[in-house]
Amino acid sequence: MIAVLIRDVQLALRAGGGFGLGLAFFLIVMALVPFSIGPDSALLSRIAPGVLWLGALLACLLSLDRILALDWEDGSLDLLATAPIPLEGLVSVKALAHWLTTALPLVLVTPVLGVLLSLPAQGYLWLVISLLVGTPALSVIGTFGAALTVGIKRGGLLLSLLVLPLYVPVLIFGADVARRGAEAQPVQVPLLLLGAITCGTVALLPFASAAVLRVNLR
Amino acid sequence: MASIWEYANPRKFLETSDRVLPGLALLAAILLVVGLVWGFFFTPDDYRQGSTVKIIYLHVPSALIAINGWLMMLVASLIWLIRRHHVSALAARAAAPVGATMTVIALLTGAIWGQPMWGTWWAWDPRLTSFLILFLFYLGYIALWAAIEDDDTAADLTSILCLVGSVFALLSRYAVNFWNQGLHQGASLSMDKADNVANVFYVPLLVCMAGFVMLFLALVLLRTQTEIRARRMRALLARERMS
Repeated sequence: MIAVLIRDVQLALRAGGGFGLGLAFFLIVMALVPFSIGPDSALLSRIAPGVLWLGALLACLLSLDRILALDWEDGSLDLLATAPIPLEGLVSVKALAHWLTTALPLVLVTPVLGVLLSLPAQGYLWLVISLLVGTPALSVIGTFGAALTVGIKRGGLLLSLLVLPLYVPVLIFGADVARRGAEAQPVQVPLLLLGAITCGTVALLPFASAAVLRVNLR
Repeated sequence: MASIWEYANPRKFLETSDRVLPGLALLAAILLVVGLVWGFFFTPDDYRQGSTVKIIYLHVPSALIAINGWLMMLVASLIWLIRRHHVSALAARAAAPVGATMTVIALLTGAIWGQPMWGTWWAWDPRLTSFLILFLFYLGYIALWAAIEDDDTAADLTSILCLVGSVFALLSRYAVNFWNQGLHQGASLSMDKADNVANVFYVPLLVCMAGFVMLFLALVLLRTQTEIRARRMRALLARERMS
């Protein structure tokens, strides 16, 4: 499993892996926000937590179809499925690799983008924490969506249609933690709920993803 | 009639539903006509809401069907996953567009009702929002069915999507409660509450709800029959091409 993880991370990092794409997308979207709603920094700082969360979520979405589609096309997914590691483990590792290569860099650059959107000073810590807690759920849910649509040609748009409604609870609680953090309110309740969602999805959803993948591979 | 599983046989299902359908459709029509006419023309205006209150006869039943339609799809999906009865998978497929339409009706009538009452077509109220999310789930479900060519694969994948989606729909339902306070009133039809709607409105509303349930059943049966026949036709065509 560790070998698969290393392989996936390496594939994503090397040329053609699209490693920087999500980051660049995130950066561009965040740069476009002031253009669309105006440079008023009071307004920007009020909406910054939510917008940053939304941008991170969309950037995660962008790279979902790479989780499984490439392996599906060149047939290595069949080999991985027949390997002695359980398929549930495989999809978990795939989700972890996606998180490491897509979500983690996003989390790390969010403070910089927070400056661009004049996020209040007390908001940075909770924004980063909420993203750290919430993005694993995004990766795991995304892997489920990728497993659902892996057999469909040009399934990218369908993938977003399927995955975005599933992202709703994570977005609600995650953005709420960030907003409360920025407004210096107590964040405990939404943070715990966000953590609960993450733990639940990480623990349970790989079974659904593996079941779906088995159907697609038969 | 030995057990309900007999209807897993497509032919048995077709025979029985052929016999039931005309009666069911007629019953739905009668109930709807009686309920709606009664509700629209023979109930008094509400003392605060005036005649706008009467849209309740469309709004509440369609919302009821929208939620329970998804529930029915969930049960049918489970039956498909556990016992592999094709009729069950097809019934789930057949129910999805009906449920989606009901969701749209509930949202639209709600908007039309909300405009004079709340002064807005739309508010990000928990109930409204979760209905919108439910609609998105319906869309995704229908799109996934449409995108996959192989029938059994499609049935499997959509069933699992339905299960996972149900969990997330529930999660979203309570998450939006947390996220924003509501404008929408609470449940008006609980079993043991004093502030239920008054009897003058209640009885025609019940008739309308029964009518919508019958309509839903009739539509789902009809659409399931269509799906079965379409699949048979495809099988026949494939067989002819082979020979």
